[in-house]
Amino acid sequence: MTPEIFKEYIAQVLPTATFDESGEWLNVLIAPADWKPFAQTLRQSEHNFNYLFCLTCIDWKTHLTMVYHLSSTGHRQTIVVKANLDPANPEIDTVSDIWRTAEFHEREVYDLFGVKFRGHPDLRRLILTDDFVGYPLRKDFEDPVNMIKL
Amino acid sequence: MYTETQIISTTTGNSVSDALDGTGELMINVGPQHPATHGVLHLVITLNGETIKKIEPHLGYIHRSIEKMCESLSYRQFIYVTSRMDYLSSHINNHACALTVEKGLQLEVPPRAQVIRVLMDELTRIASHELWWGAMAMDLGAFTPFFYAFRERETINDIMEETCGARLTMNYIGPGGVMYDIHPNFQKRVKSFIQLFKSKINEYDELVTGNIIFQNRMKNVGVLSKEDAISFGCTGPVARGSGVNCDIRKLFPYEIYDKLQFEEITETAGDSFSRYMVRIREMHQSISILEQLIDNIPEGDFQAKTKAVLKLPKGEFYTRVETARGELGVYIVSEGGTTPYRIKFRSPGFSNLSALDHMARGSKLGDLVAMMGTLDLVIPDIDR
Repeated sequence: MTPEIFKEYIAQVLPTATFDESGEWLNVLIAPADWKPFAQTLRQSEHNFNYLFCLTCIDWKTHLTMVYHLSSTGHRQTIVVKANLDPANPEIDTVSDIWRTAEFHEREVYDLFGVKFRGHPDLRRLILTDDFVGYPLRKDFEDPVNMIKL
Repeated sequence: MYTETQIISTTTGNSVSDALDGTGELMINVGPQHPATHGVLHLVITLNGETIKKIEPHLGYIHRSIEKMCESLSYRQFIYVTSRMDYLSSHINNHACALTVEKGLQLEVPPRAQVIRVLMDELTRIASHELWWGAMAMDLGAFTPFFYAFRERETINDIMEETCGARLTMNYIGPGGVMYDIHPNFQKRVKSFIQLFKSKINEYDELVTGNIIFQNRMKNVGVLSKEDAISFGCTGPVARGSGVNCDIRKLFPYEIYDKLQFEEITETAGDSFSRYMVRIREMHQSISILEQLIDNIPEGDFQAKTKAVLKLPKGEFYTRVETARGELGVYIVSEGGTTPYRIKFRSPGFSNLSALDHMARGSKLGDLVAMMGTLDLVIPDIDR
């Protein structure tokens, strides 16, 4: 399957998606509200994206971007899905019921970026202590006690 | 039997005796050990009698926020921090970072450096699997294998010390090639290591693999199906023990791996013994790779000509390599400066650990060490 055909397929499934092909893989930018149904389609369609190999977040100061790297163990196609979130109240649906690995990865992102995953079975801080204040991987995070500026 | 002091709380308010005879539930803490040890993992285990109901890993005891630190380190400096993630695969961590930077710079690495890198990777893989083998046998109650494994591993450490100047955190592979050329003794010593290892590896099988006590403790313990392994994002020997073809060296070859003759090892049972066998057989493959390369190191530069200060163009770069534990992904988001804007390490141990709860449910507490042993967890790799 060529990337062009695959791109057409996604444009059909989700007409609001925008594409970016400057990088190594096809990047698909979607609205956060579309993510859950889109993820289910990707997982259940004949393309069968069954392997979520990276889930992370980037703080662009004006907005947060969730980045999902998906691939399929059957046909080795890789796709990167991105969704922009509002930094004041970042919220997106969980995909831990579709890819089990997301459960830990989403907890990590919640811990370090403060993104809330709706419907996550156990959304607690994973690495830091429960009483920690702030989200350390945000660009505006300042820790006067422990931070060593380089 | 558990003593009163180990029991933290009963979830259902039952008495301890209820929990011990299987009519109630109790939670116990496994770990953490002393903070000065190399890795501390804390598991809160809910038990019904001796049966595991749930395992909740508590991470972060050795969290150094390497991703945050890397945001203020240059593309040459951040190599040094990554050796401290999976300290048993430090060459391969360095390699992944170097490859990502080279992808951004579109830098061609000289053939000599490529071969040295692959040699170092495979030596590291053998050393890592050796330590796993010794430690796992020790987890299951045998002490001798640990000494056997360390006897051979020491030889690799000496080779590393001579060429790289360090035995554990090498920081040897950097953007553009390797930091300095190999020591004149390197080839001779690697050859003698290959001879030594080939004469000793059969002892491993005689001592542990064929031992009926070990087999009974590992077979049908911690079974992970192929679908679950993929869904949990397991990679490396853990996933290959469940029959997933996930060797990055074969799927997305980097450096000269596409020109080498080696097999991707998979087993189908998905239990602890399969994961054990994958690693044992992988050591034979790594030896074969070393044999193919050790007499064929090309002459030439060991480093490409690069600027003193590296600047990556604006964009996103993702590289994956196969460490001893599985797929390590390095994701760099660059804004065009001398430091990464955001860097993410997709570490293999993190995803492998997440499958522990699923595979342990319904098993006996005593089998947990066999599962954890064959997951081959390195805690600094999980916490980062």
